[in-house]
Amino acid sequence: MAVADITSPSEEIQETSGLSSGWGRRLLIAIPYIWLLIFFLAPFVIVLKISLSDVILARPPYFPNFDISEGWQGLLAMLQAFDLENYVWLTEDTLYLNSYLSSLRIASISTLLTLVIGYPIAYAMAKAPKEWRATLLMLVILPFWTSFLIRVYAWIGILKKEGFLNYFLLWTGVIDEPLMILNTDTAIYIGIVYSYLPFMVLPLYAVLEKLDISLLEAATDLGCSPLKAFWVITLPLSLPGVWAGCFLVFIPAVGEFVIPDILGGSSTIMIGKTLWVEFFSNRDWPVASAVAILLLLMLILPIILFQKQQEKQAEASQ
Amino acid sequence: METLVSTQPVCKFAPWEDPAQEPLVRFESVTKKFGDFTAIEDLTLNIYEREFFALLGPSGCGKTTMMRMLAGFEYPTAGNIMLGQSNLQKAPPHKRPVNMMFQSYALFPHMTVEQNIGFGLKQEKTPKTEIRRRVEEMLSLVQLEPFAKRKPHQLSGGQKQRVALARSLAKKPKLLLLDEPLGALDRKLREQTQFELMNIQEQLGLTFVIVTHDQEEAMTVASRIAVMDHGKIVQVATPAEIYEYPNSRYSADFLGDVNIIEGQIDVTTGETVSLAWAEGETPLAISTKLRPQTGTTAWLAVRPEKLRISKEKPENVDNCIQGEVWDIGYTGNISTYHVKASNGAILKAQVSNREHLADRSITWEDNVYVYWEKGAGVFLEA
Ligand SMILES: Nc1ncnc2c1ncn2[C@@H]1O[C@H](COP(=O)(O)OP(=O)(O)OP(=O)(O)O)[C@@H](O)[C@H]1O
Ligand SMILES: [Mg+2]
Repeated sequence: MAVADITSPSEEIQETSGLSSGWGRRLLIAIPYIWLLIFFLAPFVIVLKISLSDVILARPPYFPNFDISEGWQGLLAMLQAFDLENYVWLTEDTLYLNSYLSSLRIASISTLLTLVIGYPIAYAMAKAPKEWRATLLMLVILPFWTSFLIRVYAWIGILKKEGFLNYFLLWTGVIDEPLMILNTDTAIYIGIVYSYLPFMVLPLYAVLEKLDISLLEAATDLGCSPLKAFWVITLPLSLPGVWAGCFLVFIPAVGEFVIPDILGGSSTIMIGKTLWVEFFSNRDWPVASAVAILLLLMLILPIILFQKQQEKQAEASQ
Repeated sequence: METLVSTQPVCKFAPWEDPAQEPLVRFESVTKKFGDFTAIEDLTLNIYEREFFALLGPSGCGKTTMMRMLAGFEYPTAGNIMLGQSNLQKAPPHKRPVNMMFQSYALFPHMTVEQNIGFGLKQEKTPKTEIRRRVEEMLSLVQLEPFAKRKPHQLSGGQKQRVALARSLAKKPKLLLLDEPLGALDRKLREQTQFELMNIQEQLGLTFVIVTHDQEEAMTVASRIAVMDHGKIVQVATPAEIYEYPNSRYSADFLGDVNIIEGQIDVTTGETVSLAWAEGETPLAISTKLRPQTGTTAWLAVRPEKLRISKEKPENVDNCIQGEVWDIGYTGNISTYHVKASNGAILKAQVSNREHLADRSITWEDNVYVYWEKGAGVFLEA
């Protein structure tokens, strides 16, 4: 995940600050940066380059191409051929704006739903007897043992018209007509909430489990009812976990492709799907790259916010 | 004989001596078990209104557990705790007129010092101006005015402790539980705060229960002290009583320095028993109202400052032991002579240093006599 890659350097630095040898230390610090350079920056530059190119019917399907044999002159010629045409195009067709907005909307709502569902789960886990906690934690992580794709496909079987859910609800008599859930936004929300729930639960559990119980005792001792103590003590102190969980769900959810593609309907547009269509159906790599670059720029803000939050937390816990 | 009793005010505060007085807190045969470990065992205790009650005892003897039961975080496994007329068994912590200062401080890390102190008042829906006034009052009491806007993680250990103290005091609760409230403070600040605590307690007519490891502190502030051992109360009495008349070797040893001499009851004549303590030595005379069996093992406890020491054999004294000066401890205002008796027992005798060090006549390996009145020692059967 991109988020994890971006946050890792600062963590590495802190962990290695105890090392005394100058070179060993520099090397250790360099490793995450080299990693970033190879696996993030280099692909980014390539995508950026394609986004500034023009589409042609060829292989690769864009122009200009850089030929190393032409040397310096070739590089200059290529730079001159670059333009922002594709970005201008993105503003002209409302499809793209709508995709972005729809993605943001779906990601925000799913994040909120994940939070609302994940918080009680994390809270219950943190309050469970100590000997149970490891097992509960295991259960949260367990779904990762199966492929993500298979799990999302499994939801088709649950949500479709003749699926388990409708079967069950009809059987219990809650509904008379099967519900149409598959291929709607609801199915996407279900898919995202289901898939990303562990990313919400784990950071929340981490903060809630660390919460000093004597703080709650002190609050009730000073005349605060247990419910109010939750609002004024537990909730504010778990905010770092809330933030971490929300970012970990929101950021990948914005660019989500698999879930809307498999569970969503044709009317739901999300930027991940649009990107796919541009790349593979239209074979317009330059526009697709421009879409990807803009998506990244859009996500930079929440990523920076996330990092700031992490730093603040690290400071406060010192 | 110096007595602490004489320093007490003329109009004595001693509700525990008055059978008509209703205690504020009653522990009625309270037992508290954690699993199969018994933290408090069949404990019965009364604490009266306006008392400054100290719990004293070694680590792990159940002091915090008693406090936590009063505050409502733990419930007795058996027995009842009464507060006034109400049984505390059913009251949740936030409905008790009891505040506790936590041994671990438990300050709210996301709130400033001010907000921490005002927290309890805010829960009572006290008007804002009143909260501000009380918070300021508390801040000045614990001398933390400049730190009002800081968060707990920006404070030193002693400062945190003072915030915790201020927070528990802010509501002026009927019953305040202080779990080692002053341990992290330096001596001067601690003495000041002790004094302030006593002032507040007296002025507002509150009842305090304090846990402390500092016996001097317990003696200074407390109206009564409970000496505890392994979940049981060994003795409950005023500081002076415990010091002068401990009921057992345990409480004699726990409060202050003491010489304990083991022996067998020789004869009992009137209100005096004599204790045979070593072969070929005169038995020691002790005043007591008890009439113990001849031959049983018993103990004599006598405080070092009640022993006198001289190089010449004293005339007409109740008890006298001959020995050799083994060691001399010098602590400025007093010298402690460790005298080795014929049976190898070491007796400590304290002498206040009225003369300069150089003028002292007794020195190492001198043959000396240690002597005391029969009323100075305490006869102990346990
Ligand atoms: N929640 C608990 N579960 C199990 N045992 C406990 C629990 N709380 C306290 N104990 C045990 O009960 C005994 C009394 O503990 P308590 O905290 O009352 O001691 P204390 O007198 O306050 O000691 P200290 O002076 O070190 O603070 C200890 O042996 C402790 O291990
Ligand atoms: Mg304790």
